Amino acid sequence: MIRDHDALVVGAGGAGLWAALELAKAGVDSAVLTKLYPTRSHTGAAQGGVCAALGNQEEDHWEWHMFDTIKGGDYLVDQDAAEVLAREAIETVIELEHMGLPFNRTPDGRIDQRRFGGHTRNFGEGPVKRSCFAADRTGHMILQTLYQQCLKHGVKFYDEYHVVDLLTEGGELGGGGRAAGVVAYRIADGELVTLRSKAVMLATGGFGRMFRVTSNAWSLTGDGVSLAYRHGVPMQDMEFYQFHPTGIVGIGILLSEAARGEGGYLLDKDGFRFMERYAPKLMELAPRDMVSRAIHQEIRAGRGIDGKDYVHLDVRHVGRKVIEEKLPDITDFARVYQGVEPLTEPVPIQPTAHYAMGGTPTDLVARVTRDAANTVVPGLYAAGETACVSVHGANRLGTNSLVDLLVFGRRAGRQMAIDVKGVGTPDVDEVTVMEPVRAELEAIRTRQRGERASALRVELADVMMDDVGVYREDAGLRRAQKKVGELRDRYRNVYVHDKGRTFNTDLLEARELGYLIDCAETTVASALARKESRGAHSREDFTERDDAAFLTHTLATKRDGAISLSYKPVTITKFQPKPRTY
Amino acid sequence: MHVELRILRYDPERDRKPHEERYTVEAGPMDRVLDLLHKVKYEQDGTLTFRRSCAHGVCGSDAMLINGRNRLACKIRVDQLGKKSITVAPLPGLPVMKDLVVDMEAFFAKFRSVQPYLQTSDVPPLRERLQSAADRTRFDDTTKCILCAACTSSCPSFWAQPEYVGPAAIVNAHRFIFDSRDDAAEERLEILADKDGVWRCRTIFNCSDACPRGIHITQAILEVSSKIVERRA
Repeated sequence: MIRDHDALVVGAGGAGLWAALELAKAGVDSAVLTKLYPTRSHTGAAQGGVCAALGNQEEDHWEWHMFDTIKGGDYLVDQDAAEVLAREAIETVIELEHMGLPFNRTPDGRIDQRRFGGHTRNFGEGPVKRSCFAADRTGHMILQTLYQQCLKHGVKFYDEYHVVDLLTEGGELGGGGRAAGVVAYRIADGELVTLRSKAVMLATGGFGRMFRVTSNAWSLTGDGVSLAYRHGVPMQDMEFYQFHPTGIVGIGILLSEAARGEGGYLLDKDGFRFMERYAPKLMELAPRDMVSRAIHQEIRAGRGIDGKDYVHLDVRHVGRKVIEEKLPDITDFARVYQGVEPLTEPVPIQPTAHYAMGGTPTDLVARVTRDAANTVVPGLYAAGETACVSVHGANRLGTNSLVDLLVFGRRAGRQMAIDVKGVGTPDVDEVTVMEPVRAELEAIRTRQRGERASALRVELADVMMDDVGVYREDAGLRRAQKKVGELRDRYRNVYVHDKGRTFNTDLLEARELGYLIDCAETTVASALARKESRGAHSREDFTERDDAAFLTHTLATKRDGAISLSYKPVTITKFQPKPRTY
Repeated sequence: MHVELRILRYDPERDRKPHEERYTVEAGPMDRVLDLLHKVKYEQDGTLTFRRSCAHGVCGSDAMLINGRNRLACKIRVDQLGKKSITVAPLPGLPVMKDLVVDMEAFFAKFRSVQPYLQTSDVPPLRERLQSAADRTRFDDTTKCILCAACTSSCPSFWAQPEYVGPAAIVNAHRFIFDSRDDAAEERLEILADKDGVWRCRTIFNCSDACPRGIHITQAILEVSSKIVERRA
């Protein structure tokens, strides 16, 4: 089967939906493909808020937000991108309100704001109320609101279509070719569908499922990042992966930073607020990389609760009213998933794999780029966690994921609407273009014996968690490199139990494991080569930041089956790198 | 401990009708039913098919019939079920595609039919619209809906009359009808005053019991029907 559209959006989270909305408003024949239903996307799991310098509660300026983003990212942030982020955060949040997003309100009826980690007044003086929120379900409200608006504007959706390949025209994407559409697997009946288009946007989220303990949905397997990579597009800054300090012990479900934004404490086994040792000014509201490291160090020093591998998050003193009005969902999570009552008990927490700062490189208008000179890949766009603009640098600040997907999702949609005008419909042959991926899927589906993908995924997640987690060092990274390479070999022999055509999730999960292996391999290679500590990348054998050697973005590109690393300069405009203390 | 899962299975490529299959898995009290389904799929039988994504009750993918009640598999623990034998079946009243996967298209079509999006006639201000905290609270409960279909597929009125728009669609209409910023309450009330609208509700409260988000659904339906009555008066 073949279909033509002028623009395609892959993924229906916040970035994809806002892009689709812009395309629909501009009258572009476009469609969204999602392997889920749009409202299942993981944007919906974001909790604490979306930062914008509205100044509704106290003085605030976008320049302060920009500075915090750059410092939070340990100066690996591209500062022109951070400026766009901080400026446009304000208008996108206002526009969301106009679309109907039910923000919490101040007594005078404006959007309510609260504190969040690393967000400060006057370039680091102290915490500022910048996070606009709807209780602790801000992401849910963003996802619902954008989906509602897409329905209002007649956006075309292909629900439960799993994109399994990108179409190219005029050569590979890494070598001057353009994106020409996608091949999608219709989950309901296993049919492969070729969709040709002049523009393709990747908005498939992150790849947290390559770690054992993660806040990420099962569906977050790096599909878009990996598909672009397989066609020659680099993965940028993969060594920077954020561990969120407060995950539910063992299963990683997130308990929002909003708990600390509303005044919650982190306590060691003696009830001491240990952040005093690490960030005396911001305390619990220091950036996530620092808090996660602090928790690890406390645990190593034997100050975990009962000497075990977790500490306490305590919100009891915040009071019932604030907890029930502003943190209802996460208190429910603690009750359901830990059997703990946050109103009367401290909640055991440990860091959980949460967010990829790296991803597919893009420019300021969400066009995918393929080298150190930022050469644009025609027809290919990315935004949200899939993309690396880079606004997060080496460590993302809380709420900036939502700001990123709103600002750059909107920009992607607007840019595609402009770019598709001068381009003809790609002339690619349906049967030829789907053949490679058809053969790959059929090989997995019909193989009679081998290894289960589920078993391999557990081994991958274990080694990534143990050797490529909050702290890294050479020996562990080499162990991981060897292991991931071995898993790649064994992946060639993956088979599935389900041989059918109908809703074959066994097959699709095997396909997804391949994407995770791509992401893991580049993460390890990039981490090994970066012999310094910066942001979320903490090397125990290279403990200092080394601007002379490493104030640079990593590009990991696939060449002849191997990973080739190269480097790209960081854009610095307003703020020269300084030591990062809080 | 060992837990027995009795799962209603159906593969349209192989089966003429649904049948039960039994699996025994090792489980702890804090394990959720979703964990057990994953154990079956990954360790015993890869053909077992179900939807899931976030695995903590916010995406709405894994609503199913568990021990006779509609629940999210990721939000119900083994110890809460209090039995060593757990039955799992697809949501009732919706066409089964395979095993625990039901066809959601008709459900979403009903959601779309109530115009579930903000509609305003004014030009928006430069900054946010003002809304009092009280006006915001008025529709807070119904903003929590995750469209999992646990409510609609638990409703006997829906089972009897599949044309009934159902609780989930009414909840999402309520969310806008009672939003002080919205101007299209009249159109939505007109839609819901239809014979397949709110009057099909027999206040059985199954929907409220089934809702994994704790939304007071029956109350929301009653508020919408009162509004329709008010409008006629």
